[in-house]
Amino acid sequence: MTTYLDHAATTPMRVSAVEALTTELGRTGNASSLHAAGRSARRTVEESREQLAAALGARPSEVVLTGGGTEADNLAIKGLFWGRLAQDPARRRVLVSAVEHHAVLDPAFWLAAHGGAEIVLLPVDGDGRLDVDALAAELDGSGDQVALISVMWANNEVGTLQPLDDVVALARRHGIPVHADAVQAVGQVTVDFAASGLDALTVSGHKAGGPHGTGALLATRGLPLAPVLHGGGQERGVRSGTLDVPGARSFAVAVDEAVREQPALAPRLAALRDDLVRRVRAAVPDAVLRGPEPRPGTGSVPRLPANAHFTFPGCEGDSLLYLLDSAGVQCSTGSACQAGVPQPSHVLLAMGVDERAARGALRFSLGHTSTPADVDALVAALPDAVTRARAAGLASSGLPTGLRTGGPR
Amino acid sequence: MRVLAALSGGVDSAVAAARAVEAGHDVVGVHMALSRNRDQFRTGSRGCCSIEDAGDARRAADVLGIPYYVWDLSERFEATVVADFVAEYAAGRTPNPCVRCNQHIKFEALLDKALALGFDAVCTGHYARIVDRPDGTRELHRAHDLAKDQSYVLAVMGAGRLGRSMFPLGDAASKADVRAEAAARGLGVSAKPDSYDICFVADGDTQGFLRDRFGARPGDVVDAAGRVVGAHDGAYAYTVGQRKGLAIGRPAPDGKPRYVLEVQPVTNRVVVGSAEDLDVGLIRADDAVWLSDPADLAGAADGAWFPCEAQVRAHGAPVTARARAVAEVVAGAGGVVGVEIGAGVEVELVRDGEDVALRGVAPGQSVVLYAGTRVLGQATVSSTDRARSATSTDRARTGRLAG
Repeated sequence: MTTYLDHAATTPMRVSAVEALTTELGRTGNASSLHAAGRSARRTVEESREQLAAALGARPSEVVLTGGGTEADNLAIKGLFWGRLAQDPARRRVLVSAVEHHAVLDPAFWLAAHGGAEIVLLPVDGDGRLDVDALAAELDGSGDQVALISVMWANNEVGTLQPLDDVVALARRHGIPVHADAVQAVGQVTVDFAASGLDALTVSGHKAGGPHGTGALLATRGLPLAPVLHGGGQERGVRSGTLDVPGARSFAVAVDEAVREQPALAPRLAALRDDLVRRVRAAVPDAVLRGPEPRPGTGSVPRLPANAHFTFPGCEGDSLLYLLDSAGVQCSTGSACQAGVPQPSHVLLAMGVDERAARGALRFSLGHTSTPADVDALVAALPDAVTRARAAGLASSGLPTGLRTGGPR
Repeated sequence: MRVLAALSGGVDSAVAAARAVEAGHDVVGVHMALSRNRDQFRTGSRGCCSIEDAGDARRAADVLGIPYYVWDLSERFEATVVADFVAEYAAGRTPNPCVRCNQHIKFEALLDKALALGFDAVCTGHYARIVDRPDGTRELHRAHDLAKDQSYVLAVMGAGRLGRSMFPLGDAASKADVRAEAAARGLGVSAKPDSYDICFVADGDTQGFLRDRFGARPGDVVDAAGRVVGAHDGAYAYTVGQRKGLAIGRPAPDGKPRYVLEVQPVTNRVVVGSAEDLDVGLIRADDAVWLSDPADLAGAADGAWFPCEAQVRAHGAPVTARARAVAEVVAGAGGVVGVEIGAGVEVELVRDGEDVALRGVAPGQSVVLYAGTRVLGQATVSSTDRARSATSTDRARTGRLAG
């Protein structure tokens, strides 16, 4: 019996999405072919596009299907940068929040290294919320040099919802397009592309109960978007590649269901999360909740309902993760540990958390299959894990015994 | 037992973990991340620190059906192994980073953390044997396959850690056997090349690594009498016993090749001389780590000589010697500030007729003492004498009195 508290990493596929995927996998047809099989495949793609658009407040023509959230983010950052630069060579500045996912940060820094971009990291407060005044000052100072702004809808580590209304209002005044990575937000809060005023928005399939390797960039029609993948000219010519018909179908079914269930799911998860936070604090009194404080019952918390994130003083996240995992409780350190090279979370560091404290981070994220039993299992396993992890933290802190620092002797 | 298998991504640690699983232990695989910079460590297939190695370790754990985690020990590695490596070269000494890694990382940071988290032992792919005596004591011995024996770099772990360590490959007949076993077990790393270089030095270019850290520091190459015979770009690039890379214009008066005798960091001089000048009769060493009580070895007479064999290089041959524990004089800014009884070692090499036992032993190297296959202890070389000097007795006596 295992307890899954890592829905922000990926969430179980919805039954409806599995059904849609397996049904479509058995059918033949390239959506770009002109014969009957091709037309049938294209019809499935376009119906899926319409379903996605309806669920997310977009027009079907605004949906660019991609191979996932990371690709959509890359298309937004690189495509918009190159597109804007072609219109106005003075626009080389890319404004991104300091707490963006690596799928936004890394293409931005790649552009700085290889494409002549100038990156401005917008600061956040102690809760991980964008400093809107800093953005305003930046735009007042050099708004005519800005190519694009990218600020995520909700942070993947600490769950902070960003003040996108303010960002969009400021950007409008300067005629600057805004992209938001909404990968974590869909299914947890209301995501309405048209109402948001955004110019581009990233969605991922597997975070909403769809299949891995599916996603979309919602992009307004007039947006200057240069292609990142060149080839057959599919998807408005900005994302070439044979369309993934089963993926599109399953992705759309999952997002549609997630959005329809969201009004009932969000308060249920928020209550479960609030209970988790309360009981973790009771079990480990010095645990520090990172991100905005939930205020049970108000419904106006600027935080994802399914996210809880703590740092445990004196513990290392990897010790806690191992101990909880071996007790059957699966969660995340919340830090990017790519191919075995861990880094302290840039999100926590941007929030002003020091590196030592940041090493003791754990993220618990709920989803559509979460139950009170999951919280019970966590709270049952946590105290012993923290005690042991703390002992291990003490064992490996400070200078080792017998250390010689060299020097002439 | 709950066993943490340290998985480097190489074939040895993978087979060691497989044997631990087969022995019925509850095994968890852990790969140590030793650098935060993904590009800093070489990315070839010969190390234990690259992204590829982490992936190989993960796949080995998959094949064995054990959990796998990556633990970040990069801060500790930088503060101990890398910093020590740089400081020792800066001090004109010749460090062994693998010894320091075993001392501070594998059998200290990793083992301590594992024990605190509830593990009973750490399993590695080292070639060495732990022998349990009937009286309950444990001994560290050379591996069955002497060609692969790694007891030299393990001796630094000390006696107290033996009970918490497992070296399942100590009895392996040969590396070829281990590779065959890996292949039979379906481990993808079975044909992966051995690692030889220092993992944090890209391309094995130690000189380049040091040059990047220290820059050019031109100085004189002098003979034993202090006469300038050449020039160098940085004394740190030389090690005792080195012959190649000496830019000496004039030939030696006797026409014989010249070797580095000493590196003097304070004056930035490199002293050269003949091969005979490198003869070693006596080794003084500090920071002794004992795997057997030296008093027992010396027949309960504290500080008395006991017979042994001494080895000063990982793949060097052991030489007949006698050794004794002495006081280590701890120098400070105001001269001698303390004396630690038993922390120093003197090793007198026994001459076999006219043959010289050892040549070119550098300060900083580890000297490991053996009795047959059994490891007695190890220490870090501080200085050497050509002669089996009588002054050593005086030093020992002085130390004892001061203590």
